[in-house]
Amino acid sequence: MSVIALNPKSEAPVNATRETAEARALRETSPGQWFPYAAPQPRARDTRENAFSFRGISRKFGDKTVLDNIDLDVPAGQFIAVIGKSGCGKSTLLRLLTGLDKPTSGTLTVNKGTAGENRTRIMFQEPRLLPWAKIAKNVEVGLTGIAKGAEAREKSLAILNEVGLADRAEEWPSVLSGGQRQRVALARALVAHPYILALDEPLGALDALTRIEMQQLLERIWLQQTFTAVLVTHDVAEAVALADRVIVIDHGRIALDLDIPLERPRRHGSPELARLEGQILDTLFGEKAG
Amino acid sequence: MKSTVQSILRNGTGWLLPALIVLAWEIAARTGLISPNVMAAPSAVAEAFWRLLLSGELVRNIGVSTARALSGFVIGGSIGLIFGLANGLSGLSRNLTDTTLQMVRNIPHLALIPLVILWFGIDEEAKLFLVALGVFFPIYVNTLLGIQSVDPQLVEMGRVYGMSRTTLFFRVILPGALPAIFVGLRYALGIMWLTLIVAETIAASSGLGYMAMQAREFLLIDVVVLSILIYALLGKLADSFARLLERLTLQWHPAFQTA
Repeated sequence: MSVIALNPKSEAPVNATRETAEARALRETSPGQWFPYAAPQPRARDTRENAFSFRGISRKFGDKTVLDNIDLDVPAGQFIAVIGKSGCGKSTLLRLLTGLDKPTSGTLTVNKGTAGENRTRIMFQEPRLLPWAKIAKNVEVGLTGIAKGAEAREKSLAILNEVGLADRAEEWPSVLSGGQRQRVALARALVAHPYILALDEPLGALDALTRIEMQQLLERIWLQQTFTAVLVTHDVAEAVALADRVIVIDHGRIALDLDIPLERPRRHGSPELARLEGQILDTLFGEKAG
Repeated sequence: MKSTVQSILRNGTGWLLPALIVLAWEIAARTGLISPNVMAAPSAVAEAFWRLLLSGELVRNIGVSTARALSGFVIGGSIGLIFGLANGLSGLSRNLTDTTLQMVRNIPHLALIPLVILWFGIDEEAKLFLVALGVFFPIYVNTLLGIQSVDPQLVEMGRVYGMSRTTLFFRVILPGALPAIFVGLRYALGIMWLTLIVAETIAASSGLGYMAMQAREFLLIDVVVLSILIYALLGKLADSFARLLERLTLQWHPAFQTA
């Protein structure tokens, strides 16, 4: 895990400059350098109604209980990360939320957005683009039943511009890199302005640098569009860097529900993030790990 | 300039060997190495071509054969496509019909010729029936395979985005099955000519196969060889057409991207 920042590699000469090593690292890695955006503002949709709530939700596959009596309320606009070892049921949680699966027992309430629309979008680990449709057409899939023709085209180009792929609109998915394809998948999920965006380890297959870039992009768009984000991940650093709140699922139950009250943009490897990461890893592996 | 010469050379290399063979063949026939009763010289075949072209016989026979081939293909191909789509999309339909179809598939359709002659005589129906039957199976099998091999992750994605069944079919399932359907199509085109030639050779009163059999009666070897060459040409033409269609509809496929 990225605890490197706890022991700065080089001591900055004290007299030569006022800038400490830590401050320089902050300046150099600040996301603002890559994606300039305004400092975090109060979220627009801050009425704190729940985006969705799980009440006593269980999901069994035969004898195996994957989710065991889960209670979870997620306020609208929150960025929540769900962490767990593989097979802990975190993906099942997401499939229940998006309606791909039904709970064995319990009630699941998904709120509608302000416009009365119920748009829950999911972004998969794989881009799942249609190889026979040009990039813009793939993004228009996100507007199925919502917009058509010139309007759909306009919206898809606008969101492609947002993810930095406006110039690739007329290309086939096969010529894009893995990171670019995942950005197209993000654009497709966002083009209809979802109320809830479920992310099923969408960055898991990307290389480390592309992943950090995608995290910045995701955070920036989330700050702009104020949807509720549910990120399932196995990367603890990613979870604490992006989320307002982290849920750890272990053996089908919520083992930890932790708020991350840090300012945005957050810096990878800061001591506070490292401390929270440690706390989460302790829950996952017991006290031995800490 | 240099590059155009190079490209002509590259495209022409495929034709180099056939040209050499024809040349050697002509020389062998002229020098008496091959007896005229065994094989006609290329020049004699060309002469026969010109003669039959002028008399209108050649055009008429090619027209008759092509019409038979295509109508049989359309009938058998569309039934195969319909069954392939139905069995690929519906488990009920597959359970109901697939076993029967697989049993029929294993009968060589040319073995039915005696039966077909008994049923239809040597009329058009006989040829249409045989061609349709021959074309049906490659199209059916490959369409079914194509639909079953569509990426289930893409289908799930389509459902999540609220695609209706029709949209899902036209936007996800059919394009995904298309490469396999094209394999079936090209296979079927080969079988189409093969079946027609055999059927026309055995029972017909017009068409290319009939022309070849008539020529045999009168020992017109040049016409027999001409018929065989025309078959080769028509087969190649059908295949090129299928490939053109393939290239136009499968532009997205990495195998068809020039860049």
